[in-house]
Amino acid sequence: MNIVKLITKNSFRHRLRTILTVLGVALAILAFGLLRTVISAWYAGVEASSASRLVARNAISLVFPLPLSYEDKIRQIQGVKLVSFGTWFGGIYIDEKHFFANYAVEPESYLKLYPEIVIPVDQKKAFLQDRKAAVVGRILIEKYGWKIGDIITLKGTIYPGTWDFVIRGIYRGRDKTVDESAFVFHWDYLNETVKKTAPMRADQVGWYMIGVTNPNLAADVAARIDKAFKNSLAETMTETEKAFQLGFISMTEAIVVAIKIVSFVVIFIIMAVVANTMSMTARERIGEYAIFKTLGFGGWHIALLIFGESLCITMIGCALGIALTFPAADVFSSALSTYFPIFNVAKKTIYMDIIASIIVGLVAALFPTWRAINIRIADGLRRVG
Amino acid sequence: MASRESIVEIRNLFKSYRRGDQILPVLNDINLDIDEGEFLALMGPSGSGKTTLLNLIAGIDRADSGVIRVRGVDITSLSETDLAQWRAANVGFIFQFYNLIPVLTAFENVELPLLLTGLSKKERREHVEVALSLVSLEDRMDHYPGQLSGGQQQRVAIARAVVADPAILVADEPTGDLDRVSAEEILELMERLVHELGKTIIMVTHDPRAANKAHIMKHLDKGVLDEHRQTYN
Repeated sequence: MNIVKLITKNSFRHRLRTILTVLGVALAILAFGLLRTVISAWYAGVEASSASRLVARNAISLVFPLPLSYEDKIRQIQGVKLVSFGTWFGGIYIDEKHFFANYAVEPESYLKLYPEIVIPVDQKKAFLQDRKAAVVGRILIEKYGWKIGDIITLKGTIYPGTWDFVIRGIYRGRDKTVDESAFVFHWDYLNETVKKTAPMRADQVGWYMIGVTNPNLAADVAARIDKAFKNSLAETMTETEKAFQLGFISMTEAIVVAIKIVSFVVIFIIMAVVANTMSMTARERIGEYAIFKTLGFGGWHIALLIFGESLCITMIGCALGIALTFPAADVFSSALSTYFPIFNVAKKTIYMDIIASIIVGLVAALFPTWRAINIRIADGLRRVG
Repeated sequence: MASRESIVEIRNLFKSYRRGDQILPVLNDINLDIDEGEFLALMGPSGSGKTTLLNLIAGIDRADSGVIRVRGVDITSLSETDLAQWRAANVGFIFQFYNLIPVLTAFENVELPLLLTGLSKKERREHVEVALSLVSLEDRMDHYPGQLSGGQQQRVAIARAVVADPAILVADEPTGDLDRVSAEEILELMERLVHELGKTIIMVTHDPRAANKAHIMKHLDKGVLDEHRQTYN
């Protein structure tokens, strides 16, 4: 026999109470894990951004376009390696409920600039050759049951009309941080059509995506680009891809902060529940702790017993909660793939689950331990029987 | 009886409890010597201070003033940590309600004091088996307290008290919760511990039959040791 065995036996002395507490901790950890994953999903674009890419947009707002003619000028700026561009299309598939990101890009440069978008060679070739072609992320393909060769019709909002696209490729992310739910097509197709229907809006792009030769000089290159278009009709605002993504998040920061607060409130609530359990346990066993002291066990041994029991309960709950988080996240991801295309339980979330559980276990045991250590043996022994 | 060396020396011992603003004196100028190998019964009415005196000798309570020397060590001057270590090495406890840990088997309960020693698992097992055979419960070592009778539980408690080979055993009403037959068995066992193993036993009891088993009976009344009511068996 050793102290660990005694802790384990003590932990399951009141099975129903322990099981209910473990379930409480597991549900709290599950809720905490999912909320943290929602926050991670919010920042997914930031996580996926590359340090070697810049984004240049209209300095007034992203809503305003930039001239196509900037492409050549940007390419000539020192430190620029590659230039691509894109335009938000905002087309609707069936109705507004079926939202997914869809935008037009210059395909060849775009695929070079984003090697994390992986397309089979034959599909890539087919995509590049067909002006009405689109490549679609794996998640969208699975969600709508599309296949190569299908013609998809989107209803234009920013660019009115009905737009037909042929699926020529299905892309996958190189890793889990890549959004696999976008619909990407040729900017030329958009521009050619706009030339006929709204010539004033032709030869304009939403933003430029710029690859730099040295990520350490990204800030200098961004400054040079903005300087090149200073006092022009469409001044640019160039920033790193990460800053660009963070700009989007800052618009919804209040929601993110609220979710963060709720996630910690969940932990605080379960801390109170476990503290209550441990207080009841210690109060019931105060006589036993007195017996341990009588036998020569010191304050540290008593602390070890109570902290050990508290940690045993919370860590079992934590393990169960973590085990439940993954299938729950899968269900969550399938149900809300439109809003959270990247919904992966990050390692950091698991570490936070574990740290939160340890803190809950330790804090819950503090008061009962203090009480058990400080009670006089003679007083404790009077509570036996 | 041959004169033996005192294992416990108590001089000018005072103890009181505080209840609100009131101070209640419990022990008043106690002086007592207990010889090694002696079986002493402390008797007296409820509230006379018997258990308090026993607790002070066993180092589980603190005196207001006075000296308690056990084997030459003044335990009133020890820190809590040192006192805990001292208890583990020198005192075995036998309680009225046995005070076994319900989630541990008889073997594990007896093993508890040995967890504080540097003994290996194998050595601990040997010690526990010897202690349980001493109380004739070697065949019940895997039983939990709830599966044992009161007498058997008290025998397990005695095995736990002697397993670390302490010089002194303190017993607080050890037969108080037992039927007559079981009480007799426990008292015989305690007599054997004195005679065969040379243990010193200090027992608090209300039961005259239990006290008759002791070598010497001392009486406490209102916190004072009655020197005139000292009985030798």
